[in-house]
Amino acid sequence: MTVIQKKAVNPVAHLSAEDIEIIGKELDAIRDRVIADRGERDATYIRKVIKTQRTLEISSRAVLLFSLFPPAWFVGTAGLAVAKILENMEIGHNILHGQYDFMRDPKIHSTTWEWDHVSPADQWKHSHNQLHHTYTNVVGKDNDLGYGIMRVDEDQKWHPMHLGQPLWNLLNACFFEYGIAAYDLELGRNLQKGRRKAPEFRARARAVGRKIRRQVLKDYIVHPLLSGPSFLSTLAATFTANLIRNLWSHSVIMCGHFPNGVETFEKTSIEGETRGEWYLRQMLGSANISGSKLMHIMTGNLSFQIEHHLFPDLPSSRYQEIAPQVRALFDRYGLKYTTGPLPKQVASAWWKVIRLSLPNRHTAQPGPAAPALVASQPA
Amino acid sequence: MTTTVPRRSQKASFRDRLLRLAETVTTPLLPEDYLDLVAPLRAGGALRGRIVEVRPETPDAATLVIQPGRGWRGHTPGQYVRLGVDVDGVRQWRAYSLTSVAGAADGRIAVTVKAIPDGKVSNHLVRRTRPGTIVQLDQAQGDFVLPEATPARVLFLTAGSGITPVMGMLRTGLHTRADVVLVHSAPAAGDVIFGLELRALAGQGGLRLVERHTDTDGLLGVHELDDLVPDHAERETWACGPVGMLDAVEEHWTSRGVAERLHTERFRPTVISPGEGGTLTFTRSGATVEADGATPILDAGENAGVLMPSGCRMGICYGCVLPLRQGAVRDLRTGDLTTAVPGDGVLIQTCVSAAAGTCDIEL
Ligand SMILES: Cc1cc2nc3c(=O)[nH]c(=O)nc-3n(C[C@H](O)[C@H](O)[C@H](O)COP(=O)(O)OP(=O)(O)OC[C@H]3O[C@@H](n4cnc5c(N)ncnc54)[C@H](O)[C@@H]3O)c2cc1C
Ligand code: FES
Repeated sequence: MTVIQKKAVNPVAHLSAEDIEIIGKELDAIRDRVIADRGERDATYIRKVIKTQRTLEISSRAVLLFSLFPPAWFVGTAGLAVAKILENMEIGHNILHGQYDFMRDPKIHSTTWEWDHVSPADQWKHSHNQLHHTYTNVVGKDNDLGYGIMRVDEDQKWHPMHLGQPLWNLLNACFFEYGIAAYDLELGRNLQKGRRKAPEFRARARAVGRKIRRQVLKDYIVHPLLSGPSFLSTLAATFTANLIRNLWSHSVIMCGHFPNGVETFEKTSIEGETRGEWYLRQMLGSANISGSKLMHIMTGNLSFQIEHHLFPDLPSSRYQEIAPQVRALFDRYGLKYTTGPLPKQVASAWWKVIRLSLPNRHTAQPGPAAPALVASQPA
Repeated sequence: MTTTVPRRSQKASFRDRLLRLAETVTTPLLPEDYLDLVAPLRAGGALRGRIVEVRPETPDAATLVIQPGRGWRGHTPGQYVRLGVDVDGVRQWRAYSLTSVAGAADGRIAVTVKAIPDGKVSNHLVRRTRPGTIVQLDQAQGDFVLPEATPARVLFLTAGSGITPVMGMLRTGLHTRADVVLVHSAPAAGDVIFGLELRALAGQGGLRLVERHTDTDGLLGVHELDDLVPDHAERETWACGPVGMLDAVEEHWTSRGVAERLHTERFRPTVISPGEGGTLTFTRSGATVEADGATPILDAGENAGVLMPSGCRMGICYGCVLPLRQGAVRDLRTGDLTTAVPGDGVLIQTCVSAAAGTCDIEL
């Protein structure tokens, strides 16, 4: 079927259906090459990251036992924040995607892994891997788009509630892990009357409750208590570390699909989508972040969001390697490879949130009057 | 009313409480995940071993000396151990007979591996494994062992790497307690694993050794046993070698009416022939379904009314992963074959895998 764009300028108008299928084949070939080469290097890499993260986490927590001393507080908090970021991004997110399932190590497997996050792994896997990655940027189907509370696309109807969205977004950033848990639970939908009592929802809500209890007990009770006289300062430290982790992952994730240049799609556009068209939607619906090697690791290589969305189950450290090939493909087919440094992309995403908190300026203009591309037309 | 509480259980419950406290700090991980970083072989952890020596035996066989973790419960000569080895980053489990003396003072165990052509794990162990490597272990198992009352007369019939379980029995001193004959086949003298040790033992009169070098003398036929070991039917016999040899030996012993004196050990798992499709059994729900070789297991299961976990249905989300208890499946994308024998529990993506033989799937 077709990829339908409502934009005045259709970014794929020049592609024929055959072009799109060839793009799909070329991407399949890139994927096959990585899979053929996947092995010991990737296993060694993830084990090393896990070891580094665990060592950093435990030593930071040990330092924080003496957090009454300001240098210990700063070192410990910074270390714990980095450890938590690594755990969520390069380790948890990627293992839960099944990127390392090929190792057949039951300790490093998408079905057995649990992460340092209030959303239980299995619920997150459902909403993220199955919904977000399958329905990427499809308005009305992809909850990641505005998390159901914000307006992030001109095509979404404006409502006075959206005036507050810069504030919601800031709050969501600070308590991001709770925001994720809430939308993994589809709270907005499930709190409606009649759904609240559904046994399936209640069981999932209880699981989240248990996970929150464990996380809170660890960070805000047991660890501070173990610090004795440093109780309060350790409490402040773990809170700060969680805050930093939340702000960071929120920024990275906003950069993935919100910045300018990223396209969104209509529900009807994905009916009967071919593999090539699915790939194309991923290509246009994601944006990268440019930066140093360390930055890539700290983002869990989600700085290669485009590559990640094309191949969500390839080991994350491979995205950097295939990025030049992917980019060359974009260039060859005249597609826009959206990328930019972190501050620029964050600013661009925030600007969109602020801009769309107000109604569209030319309300009549962008509508479906120009229905758009049609990939199946020969160019 | 209570009597005196034994000190031990007090200690144990203190340990339990400490462990639970530790768990509240390490959640979502377990304390053991941190301990594994520093003490992978400690008691109470998953059973592992460290390879401390790799000793070449023949051009294509080597002995691996392993220091097992503290949880190792020992073995009986003739038993085997399952090793979980990471080859090219992928964990592979294989069984190997223990060739070391049971209950060695240093606690070490040994297995002897023969590299077979194109063998994934055997070549890795023989040619690329270095001391220091950690491997996963299972407790020793198997009933290819001597009975408690040592029989007076024993015959061993072995070929190639089939000597390994027998070596474990000999090293534990069997030949001092019984009259032993060993008939062993290998392509040439230099290919006989433990050749020097066996010949020395024979030289000291510990056993009668019949070596058959098949490159020059051809394969040993069972009928030759009447000449080589005239009393073989009266001997308690242990045989280990290739499938063809074992089949012939079993037939021979049965035809002589002495099948109960024969014990065999097979190294090849039941051959799973990748055909076009096969019967799928979902072990927990008990459902069975005939699936053809082109239908994803996910579809086949759903069509049979099984509640299958699923997601994208295109191989990217891993929402459909299930353990394959045993059987063979083909990856519809690559044509690659994945096989599992009981105990493996290989995880497969049901949406892109089709049956390539009879499969037991845990669901
Ligand atoms: C109870 C038990 C005890 C064992 N003890 C020993 C031992 O002491 N020493 C030892 O070297 N091996 C032993 N084995 C065999 C061992 O478990 C592996 O099967 C063997 O090392 C081959 O594994 P691989 O990964 O190298 O071959 P794979 O990569 O699994 O197989 C490669 C090819 O070789 C074929 N093949 C598989 N196994 C064999 C075999 N045994 N002989 C010939 N061809 C085969 C396969 O069908 C395939 O075509 C034992 C097996 C069992 C079940
Ligand atoms: S359902 Fe998506 S990988 Fe199987």
